[in-house]
Amino acid sequence: MSGSASSVFFGLTTMAYILAMVLYIGYLAFRKKAIGLVATAVTIAGFVSQTLAILLRWKDFYDIGQMGWLRAVPLTNLYESLIFFVWCLILAYLVIEYKYKTRTFGAFITPVAALVLGFIDLSGMSKNIQPLVPALQSNWLLAHVMMSFISYSMFAVSFSTGLMYLIVRTEKRSEPAYIFWTVMLSIFIIVLCAMGLDYLTFKLSVKSQEELIKSFLFKATFRSSSSGVAVASYAIAAGLTFVIWRFGGVLKRLVTGFNMSAETLDEITYRSIAMGFPIFTLGGLIFGAIWADQAWGKYWTWDPKETWSLITWFFYAFYLHSRLMRGWRGKKVAMVAVLGFIAVIFTYLGVNLLLSGLHSYGSQ
Amino acid sequence: MENEKKKSVIDWVWDLFASVKFAVVIFTVIALTSMVGTIVEQNVEPEKNLKVLAKMFGESAAPTLYGILDKLGFMDMYHSWWFVTFLLLFAANLVICSLDRLPRILKHVKEKIHPMSEEYIERMSIRKTVSIKGKPAGLTEQAAAAIGKIGFRPGRSETEKGVQFYAEKGNFTRLGVYITHLSILVILSGAIIGVYFGFGAFLNLPEGQTTSVAYTNRGTEVPLGFEVRCDNFEVDYYGETDMPKAYKSWLTVFKNGKEVAHKVISVNDPLTYEGITFYQSSFGSLPDAMDRGVVVLNLVSRDGKNEQVNTRVGGTFTMPGTAVTGKITNFSPALSFDESGRPFTYDQNVSNPAIYVEFSGEGGKPFAGWIFKRFPQTWNLPDGSRVEFKDFWGVQYTGLQVRRDPGVLLVYLGCIFMAIGLYITFFMSHKRLWVSLVEEKGSTKVLIGATANKNRASFEKDIEKLAGLLDEARKGGK
Ligand code: HEM
Repeated sequence: MSGSASSVFFGLTTMAYILAMVLYIGYLAFRKKAIGLVATAVTIAGFVSQTLAILLRWKDFYDIGQMGWLRAVPLTNLYESLIFFVWCLILAYLVIEYKYKTRTFGAFITPVAALVLGFIDLSGMSKNIQPLVPALQSNWLLAHVMMSFISYSMFAVSFSTGLMYLIVRTEKRSEPAYIFWTVMLSIFIIVLCAMGLDYLTFKLSVKSQEELIKSFLFKATFRSSSSGVAVASYAIAAGLTFVIWRFGGVLKRLVTGFNMSAETLDEITYRSIAMGFPIFTLGGLIFGAIWADQAWGKYWTWDPKETWSLITWFFYAFYLHSRLMRGWRGKKVAMVAVLGFIAVIFTYLGVNLLLSGLHSYGSQ
Repeated sequence: MENEKKKSVIDWVWDLFASVKFAVVIFTVIALTSMVGTIVEQNVEPEKNLKVLAKMFGESAAPTLYGILDKLGFMDMYHSWWFVTFLLLFAANLVICSLDRLPRILKHVKEKIHPMSEEYIERMSIRKTVSIKGKPAGLTEQAAAAIGKIGFRPGRSETEKGVQFYAEKGNFTRLGVYITHLSILVILSGAIIGVYFGFGAFLNLPEGQTTSVAYTNRGTEVPLGFEVRCDNFEVDYYGETDMPKAYKSWLTVFKNGKEVAHKVISVNDPLTYEGITFYQSSFGSLPDAMDRGVVVLNLVSRDGKNEQVNTRVGGTFTMPGTAVTGKITNFSPALSFDESGRPFTYDQNVSNPAIYVEFSGEGGKPFAGWIFKRFPQTWNLPDGSRVEFKDFWGVQYTGLQVRRDPGVLLVYLGCIFMAIGLYITFFMSHKRLWVSLVEEKGSTKVLIGATANKNRASFEKDIEKLAGLLDEARKGGK
């Protein structure tokens, strides 16, 4: 059955990207060309396998839905869209590796891919193929989701390069930009670890896996019912942040060891936002509005998802304009690029998982 | 004196509104305040938000916090005076900023390219030199042709030591940003028109009924100016599940008693009449109407005789061409069977209607059993005849969103502008090019200089190509 074939390929993909992440980091640390070549080969293999997996799922969906190929594009739920996001991201990365002849980013992009795939498993979100409810049966929706995710992957690239730019360009530990990037990195690691702990602690007690994030987020750590655990979590988080802040220079030496100039990083950050912004505007905001207009008769309703898309859009408009301000090129602009992607993550995951948890009744 | 002072205040305000810094502040303010509106649910009963606030800040702080947020208008913040003020400031910023820069940009756009001195060309961001045997006079044709090949139509001017070509493309692309900015204003004005001259309402219209009004959320009537009738409503389900695949309403519009429009609408496919649009949005059942519901059956006898009958729960019918009669003795809007095979009703909505029919007559074995609307396999009777359960009519209503938004065209127009503007801004550029042929000790030095306000890398490739073409010209000239 192809249903299981597609999940086998997804499994292979996850393994390939995790392996590629290890290899790219190894390449960054040891600077052996052979490791770099293998890393690229593994990434390409993962990408091919992912492409096959998506196509197989598309076919399964087509067989179930019986509504034509266009209505069977596997982009209808959280799981499928995250998979597509990773696919776009890896594609964008491979293009950059080819164009700029550098593998340094691999060590920054493949972890994002591996993290997202890991997140899918940790959060235990539903992987079932679900038939489309009538409101989702629109070609506008397809274009909307697809373009949104292409732009998200562009923004993810700009996030990585923006972060790298900050790593390369900051000198002193007291510098705001240095504090900014070390804290950002710490938060990322802490949130992931905390979610991993939630999963390990509560996986047996949740009824549906979807519930995990909605009702149990950070219940194993920061929001634990035992105040000792909660306090300890905050202490550990603060400690980790301190360690990253104290030893961030090591990372800087690793990155600068490669011939990645700050200018190239800045350029890639700008170029990926200059690609992502128009695609997001057209696909994310305009097509989304057209779809809403056809389905509900209102192109804009200020619902949380729409509002967060608008917030994201303002962040990136901020980025584009802050480059025009005197004295703002460089580190400040890179910080805006990093923050912009946090808005993207919130638009996609936060609204679905956190706000819906907040607004739902039953859960406590 | 006083006059001067007054002017300087205006200047100060103008400069403020013309600055990108102010724009960046406004972006931040709108983004940050909007976030609050996604956490506090908008336009809902206070209890809901009290609960949300209690979850975030604790039971004791929630009521005070709610009071403060409510006073500040956060419970309907996107329509509050201060949020609308931010949007207006944003629009003013956009207008003044664009007006402020427009003259300079227009000058740039209109300004014709002219020849440049060699020193100037040598300082340009893209430059390239090629040396070619032969005098400039013999190379002009080839140079002009090469420039033509990369898509420019050059002007030409004689210099002291040779000849210079100059060309430009895409000056108008400098206006792309302003198209983008303008589009935002167009969208905002469309939105304002929609708010002031449009309305949003809903309508739950039972099958068979006609109305000339819709209702706002507050329950007030909105006259339509014509009448709409729901002729029929149907839901399709995925396989044997209760998951709707599609739902449709057959709507007919009457004006002054005459039928003027008819359409089967479904989700994503609305009906528009006289600027008012009816969107399929939900559906439901009328529990009180169950015993008045019309059971529509198509009866097919063993020898293929066909007859359509409309009856009711409790009613009887006769199979065509026979003396066999059926009586509908029981009904369920949504029937299922439990583990021991006992029937039970799992939903009060008409999602899976079934009728219990008892047959009698003509000496044969009387048959009795459940017949489902959704499952045609239950329509076949043991004796080879069929009872097709077509519809249970008059017991469901269709839920319609009813809207008029005269601003929507303007909004769409603005969206098109924005797409065009962004395309020009990010994917096109103003490119300028100078090619100077200078005689140098019997051969010709070709000096290429070029600038692009965006996407320099791609223009650099064109210049490489141009240099290559000229290089070939040299080989050809040998
Ligand atoms: C959310 C609304 C806005 C959007 C989507 C937007 C979009 C853009 C874009 C795409 C660019 C080109 C940036 C680049 O080339 O990298 C731009 C440039 C610019 N924007 Fe905006 N803008 C917005 C609001 C504003 C506002 C409120 C102002 C008022 C000060 C403003 C002033 C400018 C200026 C001065 C430029 C540079 C123009 C030039 O290069 O000649 N923008 N805008």
